[in-house]
Amino acid sequence: MKRAKLLFLQVMVAVIVVVAWHLLTTVPVSGKPLVPPFFFSTPLDVAARIHKWFAEGTIWRHLWITLTESALAFVIGSVAGILVGFWFARQPMIAAVFDPYVKMANALPRIVLAPIFTLWFGLGIFSKVALGVTLVFFIVFFNVYQGVREVSPTVLANARMLGMSERQLMRHVYWPSALSWMFSSLHTSVGFAVVGAVVGEYLGSAAGLGYLILQAEGTFDIAGVFAGMIVLAAFVIVIDMIVTLVERRLLVWRPAAAQTSA
Amino acid sequence: MEASRSRQGRAADAAATAVRFDGARVAFVMEGGTFTAVERADLAVGEGEFVSIVGPTGCGKSTLLNAAAGLLAPSAGKVEIFGETLDGLNRQAGYLFQADALFPWKTAIDNVAIGLEVQGVAADKAQARARDWLKRVGLAAFADRYPHMLSGGQRKRVGLAQVLIRDPKILLMDEPFGPLDAQTRQIMGNLLLDLWGADRKAVLFVTHDLEEAIALSDRVVIMSAGPAARIIGDWRVPLARPRDIGEVKLEKSFHELHREIWQMLKEEVLKGYAQAEEAKA
Repeated sequence: MKRAKLLFLQVMVAVIVVVAWHLLTTVPVSGKPLVPPFFFSTPLDVAARIHKWFAEGTIWRHLWITLTESALAFVIGSVAGILVGFWFARQPMIAAVFDPYVKMANALPRIVLAPIFTLWFGLGIFSKVALGVTLVFFIVFFNVYQGVREVSPTVLANARMLGMSERQLMRHVYWPSALSWMFSSLHTSVGFAVVGAVVGEYLGSAAGLGYLILQAEGTFDIAGVFAGMIVLAAFVIVIDMIVTLVERRLLVWRPAAAQTSA
Repeated sequence: MEASRSRQGRAADAAATAVRFDGARVAFVMEGGTFTAVERADLAVGEGEFVSIVGPTGCGKSTLLNAAAGLLAPSAGKVEIFGETLDGLNRQAGYLFQADALFPWKTAIDNVAIGLEVQGVAADKAQARARDWLKRVGLAAFADRYPHMLSGGQRKRVGLAQVLIRDPKILLMDEPFGPLDAQTRQIMGNLLLDLWGADRKAVLFVTHDLEEAIALSDRVVIMSAGPAARIIGDWRVPLARPRDIGEVKLEKSFHELHREIWQMLKEEVLKGYAQAEEAKA
């Protein structure tokens, strides 16, 4: 009952926004609509455009490209983040030496790297993957680093008293702890993988959702821009739902906090 | 030849002693000098003997236990385990910690089985024995729960099974029942005595609760208020075994011993308070 009510209210927000948008852009008040449809399009035009994309099937290629870029960026960024995070956490000397450079690199707005990546990796998917990697890497890296270092000293002492070797400590203590930190930031890192892909496409590409939006903007095709944004938003929500499912499965051992937030 | 004979000779002498602190001193290097937690400890725990260490808060009881576990190295003197000087971790000891020490990402049964798995016991065999141990601590129905789904007392039971499944010759316990409520403590105490009675390991049990110490142990050792604590008293507990913790507390000899030890302990506790006040001021 409560769930149904919540869902109803959530849908109502969308309905009100769309209806207001429709009224403002189509109903003439003393001659012309309050909001010019040339700049804001209309819900019906946008819906028609989305319908056309899916009916003709042209959208799938773009979705697939963006998905591939996001997935590659996520996987490569995560693997690198885990490796370096572990390495730094277990070698405090190395971590101390690289500390200012890590901070510098992380503070850099990643968007300035995009043109360089385009030069290095071309206009294909790999320049976008590289951009996504630079975003995902730091999130995973910081979380894994923290996860390895913040293992409870009691749990660690217990593991050693139970006779664990360095390798077994890695497998039974550090690794699960680091993973739990990484998974708690899964939504953020997956989100950034998508951001990296789309921004990369937006700055120069031949396919993908970012490309689609850029093309529409170039021709003042506002319906196309809005349609692209809505498809992108739906794409992100679907991915986020998948992440939530994965998280619930992997973090069953966590006390409530992690579960109630979902 | 010579060396091996003398070592054998010493081992024979020490056969009855599981843990021996021999002039052990534990100091920590800190900012602005060294902090001596334990000034000097001389104590022997016999094989199969249950010894409690009681003292005011912050007196270095846990430090002493960590030295016996090999988690801390004494800065002077030595710790001997079955006649051998301890160097590195004490492989013959099981340690039950005061704080939660279970692996939160493992279920109860996996937490118990891990002690065997790291020794190379096959997973299915380890699981079967872990199930058996969970039954012995009364948690057969909770095998698949994660630690956060268990109560404090249940977590301690899992911890006990986790330590005992490896069958250590020495059991080190650091206020293991400290965080539990009074009723649960009593039940856990009886469970511990039952399990211990089955194969009589040497036990070194740290607590601040004198009643608990007397009810459980063969010997009660008192430490002075820290820092630079030392052992200042050693009493034998004349109560017959097997005991029930609830009933043993009603006996006359229990009260007499309690009064006697408390006289000494009270002074140390007050000293401890005074020092804490000074430190604050």
